[in-house]
Amino acid sequence: MPAAELIEAEGLAAGYDGAVAISGVDFSLRGGQTLALLGPNGGGKTTLLRALLGELAPLAGALRVAATCGTVPQTERSRLDYPVSALDVAMMGTLPRLPWWRRPGRREREAAAEALDRVGLRALAEQTFGRLSGGQRQRVLIARALVQDAGVLLLDEPFSGLDRPSAESLERLIAELAEEGRAVVIATHDLEQARACDLVLCINKRQVACGSPDRVLEDLGVLEATYGGAIVEIPGGAGRAILPPHHHHH
Amino acid sequence: MLEPLQEPFMQRALAEVVLLGVAAGALGCWVVFYGLSYAAESLSHSLFPGLVLAAIAGAPLLLGAAPAIVLAAAAIALAARVAGVSRDAAVAVVVTTMFGLGALLALAPASPPGVESLLFGDVFGVTDGDLLTAAILVVGVGVALRLLHGRLLVAGFDRGTARSLGVSPALVDAALLLLLGAGIVVAVQGLGNLLVVAVFVGPAAAARRLSDRMVPMMLLAAGLAALAGIAGLYLSYYAGTAGGASVALAIVAIYLLSLPAGRLRAGRRPLPLPTEATIG
Repeated sequence: MPAAELIEAEGLAAGYDGAVAISGVDFSLRGGQTLALLGPNGGGKTTLLRALLGELAPLAGALRVAATCGTVPQTERSRLDYPVSALDVAMMGTLPRLPWWRRPGRREREAAAEALDRVGLRALAEQTFGRLSGGQRQRVLIARALVQDAGVLLLDEPFSGLDRPSAESLERLIAELAEEGRAVVIATHDLEQARACDLVLCINKRQVACGSPDRVLEDLGVLEATYGGAIVEIPGGAGRAILPPHHHHH
Repeated sequence: MLEPLQEPFMQRALAEVVLLGVAAGALGCWVVFYGLSYAAESLSHSLFPGLVLAAIAGAPLLLGAAPAIVLAAAAIALAARVAGVSRDAAVAVVVTTMFGLGALLALAPASPPGVESLLFGDVFGVTDGDLLTAAILVVGVGVALRLLHGRLLVAGFDRGTARSLGVSPALVDAALLLLLGAGIVVAVQGLGNLLVVAVFVGPAAAARRLSDRMVPMMLLAAGLAALAGIAGLYLSYYAGTAGGASVALAIVAIYLLSLPAGRLRAGRRPLPLPTEATIG
């Protein structure tokens, strides 16, 4: 029996204060599937992630999310001088299911420790979050989402700033979490990482395309409609890449 | 060392600075991490007209300070909504207006003498009622911080994702400002309008250099604030200096001492961290 649809979007439009930021979003994602969300800065990736989280109500169309969403933001958004350990951060994931007057106790502590174990960081549970490497911080935030018992993981550019070994190690972890039945949405600029996903959704204010990586990433028209002229062919037939945003002005 | 303890006014003053230090030190850690140090200073200055009116009416200072701080907070919120006025400009306009109004009232011929005690505090004049109020503040702040701990931690860590964890940053901000307002209203009687901010910010800033976990940091800040209060009162007793100002000086001294201590501690931290490869 195929896994259940965890996300279904039909003609979805979302935005801020009634102004539409993204429109025409149509896709569905089952448990066990990964989806790469490709688009330029300001193209609406974060808006779509916020809509999936339930922070933005649809302005048009329909959106159904049939599991708890755990968000894994870019770690630059977290305060690195903050006095918290990896375990403290993972334990934040227990808050939504605790009544407001209860502090996390032993059970919550154990759940957080298990999640850190799952992402390979148990040994660093007591380490200060800001002193971890970029890849380790991403894993701690993934552990926080696991503590939330999230069936849908939303990762916002998880590979940005990571060296190749760290990125590959994180890719393996994400693949394992998907294999366990979670739906994973990854906002990224990296075409190679997008190629490793089951589905690719290109967005630039509106949905440009959604489908298998083979179909979407081989279509230069789709990539140009998504990124404008910021696509380059890598010499030697090694594929295509997206120029980093700051190259646009030169 | 024990001679000052024979004096009842000194016993009460010591109890007052220890109680205020415990509440303000612990609360101050959140004030520092939420970037509310300027707000703390602004709130304390803006309640000056309330203190003066209470002094003129012969009423407890608390009765003047509490409505003044609420009025100032509402005025800041309204001024910040005016197009083209940033929040810090709104705070500056409201605070200078309120403080100026307080100065006008204080310098009016009908005002009683002794306005300097409102500005610089009268820690040696605290009554048993003041001590009771300070004790209630300690209990209230302690209970509130314990209940709010997880939410304060989440909203301060990353406001953007706090909502996805069931935490409203706006509500957390409001609760923290409410606690800060209550703390200032109570502490201003002993430490004065101009110096009260020191006890909220100084010990917390020092503790931040000496600890990298929130709960130990709050306990340390509370201890340092109480210690600075005791040291300041002893200085005042033996050197004949003003009580509130001496406490503020002791807080500054503790902060300065924390700078080399913090550097020493940083140098002893175990490094390097395990690499990605070693943790799989």
